[in-house]
Amino acid sequence: MLVLAGLICGFVFGWGLLISGMTQPAKVLAFLDVLGAWDPSLLVVMASALAVGSAGYAFARPRTPMFATRNLWPDKTTIDAPLVIGATLFGIGWGLSGLCPGPAIENLATLSPRIVVFVAAMALGMAAHDAWQRRRVATGPSTLAAKADG
Amino acid sequence: MENFTPLSAAIGGALIGLAAALLMLSTGRIAGISGIFGGLIGWNVPDRDWRTAFIVGLILAPLSGTLVGYALAEPQMPASWTVIVIAGLLVGFGTRLGGGCTSGHGICGVARLSPRSLAATVIFVGVAMVVVAVMRHGLGG
Repeated sequence: MLVLAGLICGFVFGWGLLISGMTQPAKVLAFLDVLGAWDPSLLVVMASALAVGSAGYAFARPRTPMFATRNLWPDKTTIDAPLVIGATLFGIGWGLSGLCPGPAIENLATLSPRIVVFVAAMALGMAAHDAWQRRRVATGPSTLAAKADG
Repeated sequence: MENFTPLSAAIGGALIGLAAALLMLSTGRIAGISGIFGGLIGWNVPDRDWRTAFIVGLILAPLSGTLVGYALAEPQMPASWTVIVIAGLLVGFGTRLGGGCTSGHGICGVARLSPRSLAATVIFVGVAMVVVAVMRHGLGG
């Protein structure tokens, strides 16, 4: 059932990105381009997703999930250096390409060679981070936490 | 603002929020794409099956879209392969280090009112805006 839930949620998420136009890097870049012909669509996407998402989370949080024993609700609250540096590096990559992980992976459906190379580089970047973190953990106390927020 | 599409943005955004809520209700997981995808990298990863299913669903969406008139258009990408590789590496490394991306922090985290996610979202949106401003309009604006 976990697999079916994952499939359906991925599918609905993908349709959300598709309908909103967020699978198109050009539309994302038009939002990021505040000095140009600014397109605030991404802001509306986020506001709408947040309205539905917060209502859904408020309902889901006190309940036991249907197909799991408990919620895996992230519990970190401190704004630490890895968060700030990571968000900065991600912001640079996002600004350069107009692609974040969701739309990049969804666009694999187009079989565009540029998308395939981007996703491969993204996977390599993730693997490099994980390998580096494992080394840090193996060689001494680490300030990096292994648990992601999302 | 001639390219502003508020209606499709609101409908699409609502579906994204719905997917995040449904994933929490059914599996108890956060719908963060960098976390779901990143968790598939390596050997011996837990939760491989539902993570794979989520990614498959994500890719099936635009394929099913072609049946109802959504063109499967090749996305507009940077001309330079070097820029594509560097951007991909930064997005991969940065989202893992920062613990999330536009979905995990920007939507799920902000919906949970997480101070970490609020901070991350402000930072990556702000930095990306500066990068685009410099690339398109030069350092002087």
